[in-house]
Amino acid sequence: MGSSILELVHINNYVMLAAILFAIGVMGVMFRRNTIIIFMCIELMLNAVNLLLVAFSTMHSDPGGQVMVFFIMAVAAAEVAVGLAILVMIYRNVKSVDIDILNKLKW
Amino acid sequence: MSKIAFFVLAFLSIFSAMMVVFSRKPVHSVLSLIFCFFTIAGHYILLNAQFLAAVHIIVYAGAIMVLFLFVIMLLNLNAESEPHKTSAGKIAAVVSGGLLLLVLVSVLKSTDGLQLSASPDSQVGMVKNLGMVLYDKYMLPFEVSALLFLTAMIGATMIGKKELD
Repeated sequence: MGSSILELVHINNYVMLAAILFAIGVMGVMFRRNTIIIFMCIELMLNAVNLLLVAFSTMHSDPGGQVMVFFIMAVAAAEVAVGLAILVMIYRNVKSVDIDILNKLKW
Repeated sequence: MSKIAFFVLAFLSIFSAMMVVFSRKPVHSVLSLIFCFFTIAGHYILLNAQFLAAVHIIVYAGAIMVLFLFVIMLLNLNAESEPHKTSAGKIAAVVSGGLLLLVLVSVLKSTDGLQLSASPDSQVGMVKNLGMVLYDKYMLPFEVSALLFLTAMIGATMIGKKELD
């Protein structure tokens, strides 16, 4: 297996795929009111960026991009742990995960 | 062959990403997100990033999504308790998401095409190669991320524990 996927599929396809996934994530954040699903859409956006980083890292034969993706995954895991703990705490206090109820800091 | 695999995987990841946003039950959203992560791992394998594909499955499908599933089942969320935006809000969300995609695509179209300068090195994503880079050049960030995990662990337990009153 000598030839790389990027010689068969142009890098623009990866850029488009990442853009579409990112846009779906942004749309999901605005579309839903359930805080957990908004959180999942943020994960989706992170993954779109990760995919693009890996594609460019392969394109330039530079391992730095893949190491960066590794660190993004580490930070995402930490973020999810703390974020879900906060969500559970909020649910315990207001008995809801509706984002529109959590507007005390809005004004 | 790889080309077909790419387009099938791309279609599946976009479809399952849509399912995350549009499915009514939160559990279905989580399951489609897990599926989406598996297709992205497939993309990593196609891109010859085997190490990242393994880490991606272990971290996302193995840890993060299990956490999401746990929380959703713990809070007993289902389609009945699911809050919904008004139709106008939903339409506005879809339109603005579509506009964002339009802007991104048109900007990317207007750039000069990215060209592959040389044939990519197929060994760059292997465990051996990445390990050498990770433990040599990125040693300090690696150690600091361990500290970050410790902080996150303490923080999650502190926030999540029942208040003693």
